[in-house]
Amino acid sequence: MQGGTASMLEAAKAEHLWPRPPRWAMAIGAAAAALLLAYPFVFTSSFAHHTMILILLYALMAQSWNVVAGFSGQISLGHAIFFGLGAYSSTVLFAKYGVTPWAGLLVGVLLSAAAAVAIGVPTLRLRGHYFAIATLLIGSSVQIVFQRWEWVGAASGLYVPIERTSPWLYLQFHRSKVPYYYLMLAAAALGYLLVWKLRRSRFGFRLQALRDDHDAAASLGIAVARHKVLTFMISGAMMSVAGTFYGQYVLVLDPERLFSAEISILVLLMTVLGGSGTLWGPALGAAVLIPLSEYSRIWLGGTGRTVDLIIYGVLIVLVCMWRPSGLLSVFEERIRRRRTVS
Amino acid sequence: MKPLLDVRGVSKRFGGVTANADITFDVNEGEILGIIGPNGAGKSTLFDLITGFQPMDSGRVQLDGRDITGMRPDRISALGIGRTFQKLKPFSDLTVTENVMVGALAGTADMKLARDQALECLAFVDLLEKRNSFARELSTGQRKRLELARALATRPRLILMDEVTGGVDQRTIPGLVELVLRLKEQGVTVVTIEHNMQVMMRLADRILALHAGRRIAFGAPEEVRAQPAVVDAYLGTVADAS
Repeated sequence: MQGGTASMLEAAKAEHLWPRPPRWAMAIGAAAAALLLAYPFVFTSSFAHHTMILILLYALMAQSWNVVAGFSGQISLGHAIFFGLGAYSSTVLFAKYGVTPWAGLLVGVLLSAAAAVAIGVPTLRLRGHYFAIATLLIGSSVQIVFQRWEWVGAASGLYVPIERTSPWLYLQFHRSKVPYYYLMLAAAALGYLLVWKLRRSRFGFRLQALRDDHDAAASLGIAVARHKVLTFMISGAMMSVAGTFYGQYVLVLDPERLFSAEISILVLLMTVLGGSGTLWGPALGAAVLIPLSEYSRIWLGGTGRTVDLIIYGVLIVLVCMWRPSGLLSVFEERIRRRRTVS
Repeated sequence: MKPLLDVRGVSKRFGGVTANADITFDVNEGEILGIIGPNGAGKSTLFDLITGFQPMDSGRVQLDGRDITGMRPDRISALGIGRTFQKLKPFSDLTVTENVMVGALAGTADMKLARDQALECLAFVDLLEKRNSFARELSTGQRKRLELARALATRPRLILMDEVTGGVDQRTIPGLVELVLRLKEQGVTVVTIEHNMQVMMRLADRILALHAGRRIAFGAPEEVRAQPAVVDAYLGTVADAS
């Protein structure tokens, strides 16, 4: 090795292992965190609370989708399955057996992880479009099952029985939405922390590698199939947590809505818009699309339902034209590239 | 001495095409074995069979006395065979350092250690300057070096290199040849596919010549080059010219 290379190697090893985001980005992050913590007291209307709860919920759901698509490169169109399983697990256990939703949450996580294995083992060998098609069809099938299954209320769904004695034990808050807000904030924060850790772990590196090239990943000792199934399990578990909280929040389970392809596609849209494979892209996507849909519903009444989808479509087209990899990906790559000291 | 890699009677057919027919050879620890043959001779298929990327129809492969026939590619990699691909396969959305870290992570879960090992491999292939670029931004020659660094980061006992000097500009060839010789110095056993006969004569301790999926010669470079079958199949024009 020549002297030049040796000194460059020393300089390279002295660089931070993880690139630091620029100061202004840290400042934005700190301000956003402060705003999120104070939000329910700054904006006190029930509508403001409701909108932010939905943003946090969808930020978690979109992140769950991002884990599978953005990191392992598998486009799932059936993620509503896990959302529905989470909501039904806690509600069925509580409505029929009086079990606390906290235990239901865990059962939902386990069921969703098991479902992810059952779905993932045969379908994750399919590449690209075929996995997307398979998950879309399995998603519709699961929805049909829940619409016909009498024991869980068939098409009319289930109600979460009202319980006023112990709000934190039964996860029901009837006076104010604020506890729901902080619960969702905590759940979303945990989800993002998990993914932040994941991206800096060996497992996360391996996922990104196999996303870019299966064969090269295998040639470096990565068990591709096992990693994909494991990722699908983690993602399904995250989605299931969101499902349980959603069920406790709305207190009505409608299989038509919970297992809809619309939910699966919405989490995709949010992630793609914000930047799939990035940490904050899914949150940004949720923060853009949820208010859009909530406000258009108010301004335009019942017809707002379709207008928001038109606006989504236009947004996606614009993003595809200007930032095909999503709003945040260019920014994140700029941080990762960093200045090379030579 | 027992060979490090022992390949016995390996065959592979794709429909009516015989890609490999009853190929037998071995690789000794510490040597550079070159594989030559015209396009379609079955060189890359042979790599795929050895590393488990394609199932073989018959035959068997042993690594240091252990049967690895039919194992999955990731298992074979874990046992110490690294490889590069003729059609390059960089992780395009990862940086150069991150690409090589994926290889280093085969041996450690410590991210800092993996990073430092990755940087050492990059220094070895002289790609340190590009460490913070994305793999998709590299030239073909740089990508070849990247693939080599990535495979080396897994600390293989044996590395299979598919056309290291293919498709790169002439000026960079001596550097790549130098690189392979330095690998050998470090005790890595090398099997390399090479079209450039001059390069091969400089590098190889022994040469395996393939033609139409069959072994037509195997031995010391001078011997192999002198064989009429090799001259006919591959070197005809070179022999005429000299």
